[in-house]
Amino acid sequence: MVAMENPHAHAPQGFIRKYIFSVDHKVIGIQYFFLALTAVFVGMFLSLLMRIHLLWPSVNLPIFGVIQPETYLTLLTMHGTIMVFFVLTTAPQGGFGNYFLPIQIGAPDMAFPVLNMLSFWTTFVAFVVIIAAFFVQGGAPLHGWTGYPPLSAVQSAGPGEGLGADLWITSIAIFCVASLMGALNFITTTLDLRAKGMTMMRMPLTVWSWFITAILGLLAFGVLLSAGILLLMDRNLGTSFYVPLVVVSGQVMGHKGGSPLLWQHLFWFFGHPEVYIAILPGMGVASQVLSTFSRKPIFGYRAMVYAMLSIGFFGFMVWGHHMFMSGMSPYSAFAFSLLTMCIGVPSAIKTFNWLGTMWKGRIRFQTPMLYAIGFVSLFVSGGLSGPFLAQPVLDIQLHDTYFVVGHFHLIMGVAAIFGMFAATYYWFPKMFGRMMNETWGRIHFFLTLAGTYAIFMPMHYLGMAGGTRRYSDYREVKYLATLIPLHQFMTYAAIITIAAQFIFVINLFWSMFKGPKASDNPWEATTLEWTTTTPPPHDNFGGVTPVVHNGPYEYGVPGAAKDYVMQTDPATVSTH
Amino acid sequence: MGLALMVVIWLITLVSTYFFVAKTWWLPVGAAEAAGFIDGQFALTFVLMGIVFLAAQLGLGYIVWKYRERASAPPADYSHGNTTLELVWTALTAFLFIGLNLMGSSVWASQRFDPPAADSVKVEVTGMQFAWYFRYPGPDGKYGATSVKLMDPSAGGEAAVGLNTSDPAAKDDVVTGTMYLPVNREVDLSLRAVDVIHSFFVPSLRFKQDAVPGLNIHMHLKPTVIGEYEIACAELCGLGHYKMHGVVHVVSQEDFDKWLAAREAEKQ
Repeated sequence: MVAMENPHAHAPQGFIRKYIFSVDHKVIGIQYFFLALTAVFVGMFLSLLMRIHLLWPSVNLPIFGVIQPETYLTLLTMHGTIMVFFVLTTAPQGGFGNYFLPIQIGAPDMAFPVLNMLSFWTTFVAFVVIIAAFFVQGGAPLHGWTGYPPLSAVQSAGPGEGLGADLWITSIAIFCVASLMGALNFITTTLDLRAKGMTMMRMPLTVWSWFITAILGLLAFGVLLSAGILLLMDRNLGTSFYVPLVVVSGQVMGHKGGSPLLWQHLFWFFGHPEVYIAILPGMGVASQVLSTFSRKPIFGYRAMVYAMLSIGFFGFMVWGHHMFMSGMSPYSAFAFSLLTMCIGVPSAIKTFNWLGTMWKGRIRFQTPMLYAIGFVSLFVSGGLSGPFLAQPVLDIQLHDTYFVVGHFHLIMGVAAIFGMFAATYYWFPKMFGRMMNETWGRIHFFLTLAGTYAIFMPMHYLGMAGGTRRYSDYREVKYLATLIPLHQFMTYAAIITIAAQFIFVINLFWSMFKGPKASDNPWEATTLEWTTTTPPPHDNFGGVTPVVHNGPYEYGVPGAAKDYVMQTDPATVSTH
Repeated sequence: MGLALMVVIWLITLVSTYFFVAKTWWLPVGAAEAAGFIDGQFALTFVLMGIVFLAAQLGLGYIVWKYRERASAPPADYSHGNTTLELVWTALTAFLFIGLNLMGSSVWASQRFDPPAADSVKVEVTGMQFAWYFRYPGPDGKYGATSVKLMDPSAGGEAAVGLNTSDPAAKDDVVTGTMYLPVNREVDLSLRAVDVIHSFFVPSLRFKQDAVPGLNIHMHLKPTVIGEYEIACAELCGLGHYKMHGVVHVVSQEDFDKWLAAREAEKQ
């Protein structure tokens, strides 16, 4: 091959090329991280307004005034959409994946750095568009993050279903394009840019999780993009993909022959894999951190890889379990239910293996480890309500109740966020060159763990008692009114838990400037990011190409000089 | 730190479990034939998942305390896993999850695939923003024709569901805002929606089914206990979703006949 100048050798000069329109995967990763941090505070604030409204429906808030029933639905729609797309999909993959995937496989950058920059800025545009929905005539849409037509397809079906709904769909469509670009980049990078010796079965489990997530994204976001374009056409061009002959507020609409269930099939064909897009990177981080801080190799590395692959594979065959009550063929419920139960098996394998990793270890309790342990606890709690919902007969009672809300918040919401917290506390020293405060990290952990359980566990009780979701007021229906004490408890828990998140933010920014300087390998970990300087140079390894000799989690190797053997250490022959 | 973590995880686990076991909040008392099986299946799933939940959480708490790093602790075990163990717990979980699934299938099938009994009561449920209407076909046992063009939600009653009064079969159709059902007789429900998707949810009757514009969905159920049961819409349908409720009156056959006769009389 003709010798070319290494495009990664020289760091760009000038503020804009370096920090704004940067093609450096590390800068882009940090940009994604801060975008998600902004989004999570917006999303969390919306949920706070919701919880306040549920307890005090007629309270006159400063700035916001009295929250109307339709405004409550707007809040839940935007909370769900912002959290799912701009937090759960953005931070674990776009943020940490961008920063650490190339370093962990020994690459100088992503395969397509310019595409990488483009995918971040496209995501940013999507975020601006969705926030704009709040400020247009009629406000943001009220159709829920799932946007079921005809409610989402007919402008007169409710306030916010005008321009606000168009912006909502447009934002999601733009987000899909950005995610598709990102997914291609991740897959190509993982397949082509691994350093010498970095075989697939030597990749850290984090890399596996980002790689599998990218494949899921590539297959899922394309479908959502098409579905969104069809919905836009139904709304604005008079087509009838999703809308049959309907009468809204006494007016016969011009549609006929469309199928509301078509949207649900397309949406959940994306929506279910999306759950794994949110949680897989968390699984990867939990595995990495549990092994590092237990000072033990991961239990069943291959089983972990196969489990993630089968979760990804089955993840595309279970979408119908969101639709047991939708009116789709009841025969198909058997297949979807059985496949859903099957997906529980690899999830259980992962849990066993995390426990097995800690078993007979020497556990160090720094904050990243606390969050990884919390992740396992939440993953178990959120996962075990799955087999209830996967049975169509039980879904008769539980579908669209708070039982479902509790289930998905614990597993794809809070567990995934615990994965992000673990990742933040774990990689912060490498990203910013300083350590975060341990004491405040621990306080933040215990408050968040107890707080999230206090918010989301009562939702299961509420759901069993028939507590329907997406109600702005529970005093209208007698049996729902008797459940209000549970809502009160959850609102108080939410206020405390949300307040505790400021500890994290203050710790984050304070440590960025004032924290003690971090060494190159503060956790005594083994993977490649810990072999380079802190923070890493522009080309990640300072002109050296790392050569990999060992598996990713060689801790406590008998006869080794230290209790950990770096992946680049040629001295020890690995069992991998 | 290991001890603190164990205590917190155990406390969260035990408090959560307490409220499930004490049944402080539980499924409402069932008043339909399906409740027997559904509640039994729920309880079985609950016991099995509860055992796994307790074992995993208490185990997690114990492990983090037992294997905390301290001077006297032995070096970490250098192990990459155990294939036999992996196979054992894979097989056990598969058996548990798939077994549970197969058990629930027969009740699902009986409500959906089997035709309703010959003597069943026919009721059509129509959802619209933000009310439920119930139509009884009358003595002829046939629903009269409806038309979208005739629908006028603001008028309520027959006009709301768009009943075509010139159809002979529509003459004896009764449309009401409250639902009456005779006890211990199978009900043949047709579910329809006028504008957006709604969901007909009666927790005490263990019944939920979306009503979808463009579809006419058939389901059957059999109430077994006389009483009044609340309906709550379970699919987000717009700003009045929270107000879209109603009551099912399950009454004796005699009272049902009287009620229906009175409605027919009103109509004439």
